[in-house]
Amino acid sequence: MKNILIAGFGGQGALSIGKNLAEAALAENLNVTWAPSYGPEMRGGTANCSVVISDKPVGSPVFKFSNELIAMNGPSLDKFAPFVVDGGMIFINSSVVKYTYEREGIKVYYVPCDDVASELGNLKVANMVMLGAYIAAAKTVKPETVDKMIEEIFTGKKAKLVPLNKEALKAGMALIKD
Amino acid sequence: MSIVYTKSAGLTDKELHYCPGCHHGIAHKLVMESLIELGLFEDAVGVCPVGCSVYAYNYMACDMIDAAHGRAPAVATGVKRTHPNTPVFTYQGDGDLASIGTAEIVHAAMRGEKITTIFINNAIYGMTGGQMSPCTLIGQKATTAPLGRTVEQAGKPIRMAETLSALDGLVYAERVCLTDIPNLNKAKAAIKKAFTLQMQGAGFTFVEILSTCPTNWGLAPLKANQWLHENLVPYYPLGVIKDTTK
Amino acid sequence: MAKELWKGNEAIAEAAIRAGCDAFFGYPITPQSEVPEYLSLHMPQHGRVFLQAESEVAAINMVYGAAASGKRVMTSSSSLGISLKQEGMSYLAATELPAVIINCMRGGPGLGTIQPAQGDYFQATRGGGSGDYRNIVLAPSNIQELADFVQEAFDLADLYRNPVVVLADGLIGQMMEPIEWKEFPKRDLPAKDWATEGRKGAEKHHVVSPIFYDPEECYEFNEKTLAKFNKIKANEVRFEEYKTEDAELIFTAYGTPARIILTAVDKMREEGYKVGLFRPITLWPFPEKELHELLGKDHVKAVLDVEMSAGGQMIEDVRLANEGQKPISYYGLGGGLIPTLEDICDAAKKALEEVK
Repeated sequence: MKNILIAGFGGQGALSIGKNLAEAALAENLNVTWAPSYGPEMRGGTANCSVVISDKPVGSPVFKFSNELIAMNGPSLDKFAPFVVDGGMIFINSSVVKYTYEREGIKVYYVPCDDVASELGNLKVANMVMLGAYIAAAKTVKPETVDKMIEEIFTGKKAKLVPLNKEALKAGMALIKD
Repeated sequence: MSIVYTKSAGLTDKELHYCPGCHHGIAHKLVMESLIELGLFEDAVGVCPVGCSVYAYNYMACDMIDAAHGRAPAVATGVKRTHPNTPVFTYQGDGDLASIGTAEIVHAAMRGEKITTIFINNAIYGMTGGQMSPCTLIGQKATTAPLGRTVEQAGKPIRMAETLSALDGLVYAERVCLTDIPNLNKAKAAIKKAFTLQMQGAGFTFVEILSTCPTNWGLAPLKANQWLHENLVPYYPLGVIKDTTK
Repeated sequence: MAKELWKGNEAIAEAAIRAGCDAFFGYPITPQSEVPEYLSLHMPQHGRVFLQAESEVAAINMVYGAAASGKRVMTSSSSLGISLKQEGMSYLAATELPAVIINCMRGGPGLGTIQPAQGDYFQATRGGGSGDYRNIVLAPSNIQELADFVQEAFDLADLYRNPVVVLADGLIGQMMEPIEWKEFPKRDLPAKDWATEGRKGAEKHHVVSPIFYDPEECYEFNEKTLAKFNKIKANEVRFEEYKTEDAELIFTAYGTPARIILTAVDKMREEGYKVGLFRPITLWPFPEKELHELLGKDHVKAVLDVEMSAGGQMIEDVRLANEGQKPISYYGLGGGLIPTLEDICDAAKKALEEVK
């Protein structure tokens, strides 16, 4: 079982990273829950969501301690990093967060997802870059599952966004060296 | 001997519980007669209020729902939206409609809800024993205004037909009374017009009927009719208040 | 059918459509606004009625009108909005009208917070409005149950001519979880020959009225509905037990805390604690007899009731069912905080310690 927390400013795509991850987990027949924080912060402040993925039915959809944290901005890193369990992982959007985080027993990945997205020509795919980096390192779901899911998410008028998102996913995965 | 007058077939045989001289009985009859003459009676659904006419369903022989105090327009909305071809009306007094039920009546009118509201305005709470209503006149005595209503304490009375006519969803509003045959005929014509417009899908229609409350006004029936003309009519003028079909 | 990821509130709305809900009347309030939002788009697509009312009060009275005229109808709100609907719900009970009412509870009292809570247990299970009546209350603890219960609620409402409350909380409304849309067997439901849809030549007119002429008439009505409530008690009690066979400590919980406790039970059992969960699914009728029997068993030493409420509300029904058999303690938080797995386990260990 994994508790994954994804947090950022509203508009950075934290909630959709979580949704995409949840959809991918479902596609792999895993048990999953997605729960957004909702409150005054959803109107312009920080936004975060909790994703629990498990081979057993999910009990609590929310948690205090996470196995993996995706921090899209500084305040999210500061607030939630102390609650990552030993042996956990932290993914930092290093295009936005200009400082480092170190703690023994925690693996930290610096993912310049905004810069990579800009190079690809659309800042909006920064969250897909981050998701790519996340699955490459955390191996929660298979890359091909997400790759296939992109085709299911972007249909109709949005179908033209499929190649760009697939490219973003790949670019994100390429950022993880080990 | 020939029969020259009968009770409307739209009324039940139950004996009315209303006080002598009260106009509810006449109003009930006119509404039912209008529905029958327009061929709407068998399809109609009426919503009665809380107040003296809370038991109107005992007398009106079409399908009837009794609503919570003031909520008849919302209840009628629930019926009409799910039965768009059904003639739906509310029958409400001034305590029900102009006091506790202002939100519901205003929004039904705003939405242009295709219902007809029959508003019985006798400027007092009848059922609960003559308390002041929003339509009680300045100086008029009530059990909660024993020295007479004052502007300082309660403001000036609300003219509902005019107030609601400010809303685009209301297509027709007329104020009538039932004190004599010419007025009675005008009242019936107004009720029939309101139902006809409703069935044409024109919008919200409103007929305000100035009525007497001899018991709580402390007047004999004929005196009450006279008092209505001398006091209510000058403040609540009779006639068409709004008619978008003209 | 393949599983799909659904957000709780949208699952409520979709379930209503699948259940043949003819009309929805509601008013926006966090954390359930996705229900009217979804229905505002989808009800017209199905030729059904959606209307955003001017208030919760108006919404429940529109429900009353639509239900009186024989339609399947639903409204949804959260806590304080449900408070405003209580008058209308009492009228629905007084006229024996079927209707489905969704409450995605939030913190209270007053405006409270918009976060999940369970402070409306009393309001839902004790009637809530004036007079002697009961709502059937279903308490889902995941999105699958939420979707199922909303669909079943319409049938229960029609079957018993009674308001049915689906009592969820903000977390269940806001979270997403995979669900499967089920086909429910068609129930044999009574004809709505009482509906006010126009007399249409009938010998007598249809009347829906919550007022009685004299106390004897009202007494007769109350006796009649009391018999109905007793029938519901006999037929509709639902609950779930998880690992209670040898449990020394029984958790009692519903909704969100109950699902957290499923994990707590597994975790504590791994540590060697014999614990189990008793989860009422119908909060009214409460599984009184079943809980009484369980708590009477020799292996049960203690009870821990867990709710998202300050001091607990369901705990009073747990006490009534227990009838003094075993010590009952409480853990919970009101106001919008969700109890954590760790805190629940600590409270359970403490409760076990006290009976050692």
